[in-house]
Amino acid sequence: MGIGQPAQRGAEGARDGARPLMSVRGLGIRFKTAQGVWQATRKIDFDIAPGERVGIVGESGCGKTITGLSILRLLPGNFAGLDGKILFDGIDLASCSARQMRAIRGKRIAMIFQEPMSALDPVFTVGHQIAETLRVHTDISYDEARAKTLEMLRRVGIASPERRIDDYPHQLSGGMRQRVMIAASLICGPQLLIADEPTTALDVTVQAQILELLRDISQTSHTALMLITHDLGVVAEICTRMITMYAGEVIEDASVDEALVRPLHPYTSGLLRSLPHLSPRHGRLPSIPGRVPSIAEMPNGCRFRARCSHAVKGCEAEQPLQEAGGGRRVRCWRFAELNLPGALHPPESAAPAMVARQ
Amino acid sequence: MTAAPAEPRREPIVSVRDLQVRFQTTDRRATVKAVDGVNFDVRRGETFGIIGESGSGKTTIGRALVFLLKPSAGAILHDGIDPTALSRSAFQSHRRDYQIIFQDPNAALNPRMTILASVLEPLELARVGSRAERERQAREALERVGLPQEFGERYPHQLSGGQKQRVVIARALTLRPKLIVCDEVVAALDMSIRGDVLNLFADLQRDLGLTYVFITHDLAVVSHISERVAVMYLGQFVELGPTEAVAERPLHPYTIALLSAEPRPLPSSMRTDARIVLQGEVPSPIDPPSGCRFRTRCPHAQALCAERAPDWRELKPDHWVACHFADRPNFSPN
Repeated sequence: MGIGQPAQRGAEGARDGARPLMSVRGLGIRFKTAQGVWQATRKIDFDIAPGERVGIVGESGCGKTITGLSILRLLPGNFAGLDGKILFDGIDLASCSARQMRAIRGKRIAMIFQEPMSALDPVFTVGHQIAETLRVHTDISYDEARAKTLEMLRRVGIASPERRIDDYPHQLSGGMRQRVMIAASLICGPQLLIADEPTTALDVTVQAQILELLRDISQTSHTALMLITHDLGVVAEICTRMITMYAGEVIEDASVDEALVRPLHPYTSGLLRSLPHLSPRHGRLPSIPGRVPSIAEMPNGCRFRARCSHAVKGCEAEQPLQEAGGGRRVRCWRFAELNLPGALHPPESAAPAMVARQ
Repeated sequence: MTAAPAEPRREPIVSVRDLQVRFQTTDRRATVKAVDGVNFDVRRGETFGIIGESGSGKTTIGRALVFLLKPSAGAILHDGIDPTALSRSAFQSHRRDYQIIFQDPNAALNPRMTILASVLEPLELARVGSRAERERQAREALERVGLPQEFGERYPHQLSGGQKQRVVIARALTLRPKLIVCDEVVAALDMSIRGDVLNLFADLQRDLGLTYVFITHDLAVVSHISERVAVMYLGQFVELGPTEAVAERPLHPYTIALLSAEPRPLPSSMRTDARIVLQGEVPSPIDPPSGCRFRTRCPHAQALCAERAPDWRELKPDHWVACHFADRPNFSPN
């Protein structure tokens, strides 16, 4: 098994005490556009351990969705190339044959999306669509597939599944459709479930139900979860580790508790502090000035530096994702000297701490 | 800062009385009661939050407040007058004072018009001053929302989502409204931009004395910006009160569940396990449950709840609730 540079990531493997289920190494995705080839993401490195629940967070355009799609090689038509490796149980998903990919996709790695209505086919019953996954991947009779589908619908919390199994998607509510999607994704017992904003289109009370279901299923069947979201609250609810992305790069990788209490990257800290309910009521919200650089004009060095209040000379140098101790990694060379506030610090008490360190 | 109960309440800029808005389904067989008997006042200079899940009727109320929709029954008074009683031309000039901003700035801006032309349009329709005067006012509005001069000549596609929303805000400001209904105005924006836009709303309110009705599904946003907040469920208000009271000492079981369901970015050491996960989903507004509309999902529902709709009562000063059992102390987890 040719993992690129095992020495760099020894500590990570040791921390989890198990071989990772999936190792992404140096993943980069390029797209063709009228203006030339654009690099959407680059040098993405992370591991997911068996049964681990990892949140990939970032704002729109940071590359989190495309990273999830590239794992299943579900890439859009203007895709120009993939760099690096995606090692899943010894197979490199970035370079394996289409046939090998088909055997993994839906069976060992499944994916659910934000909008279940566009992922379900309106002209087939939900039972048919769930059983289809099973019949493609296994030699199973119609009756057996139906029985398993019923059991799965019950497991994802659909009331009276005997009646619902022959319903069409339009007859179900948004929350029930997402439950059907989850049932379809889990029917083959995948080792990894990639969930891209699975609750963003749902109401908050239904969101709570679906998050509880995802956590419960991951725990009982030891399914690893890669949860892609912009919502730090959702990550805190069900994930144990949080990978923060910015402008196509991983900028921080830490346990959720560590990242929330003591973020190491100024962008993670800025995001946490800009959340409304953590700031004093009616006070001014701390915000991150400026905007994400456009994909066509990415700066050299730290991509966040134009918006960073801690940027100094030296930040224009290339920033590696470096080990920060305790299995944490951060893409900021100043991480050790910056004492950044997290979700718990009231903004006013945080400011002197930052000044004192300089 | 001590709000003594004896302090005279500010006069309402908007009074809503027994508001009902009904829609016919497309096959004309059924009626959707989108808003079904809502009463409230919006006080001058305040930010009044309305929170609810999809289908609760919050957007319908917002549109009715600025008369984009006609109430089916009940009354909406602006400054004590009923705008529907005005003549057509008086109504047209009256409604300039009551603006609305929507969620998606892409849908609100014409892609073929420059930013300046978009901001000028309301002034032209209202035939304000000379051409030069109108342009000066439009540029002033753009400056006020923090957009540099040269943005006037650009087109919407050249702007980011946050900048487009600023343009929409500038356009609503050109006619110097008294009240702006803000319907999910930050929902489409990224987290790091949201704070900026919310700060802008606060600045404009302070400088221009605006009144806002802030409609959102986001508890964090509403509790950050509003002085008072109303919680809506299936076409009705279930609770209304000062934001601190509603957020920290909620009275209605639905509010309690809503607050508990909100995912919070807190580490595990600060989490409480006392989460209430409501079963099921919101029933159809075509055929809402009898009595209390929340009873089908309420963990405390009793026989009385199906028989009789609860009264809308002021249980604590300025804090209203519609629940038969809201005064029972064992409701709230804290």
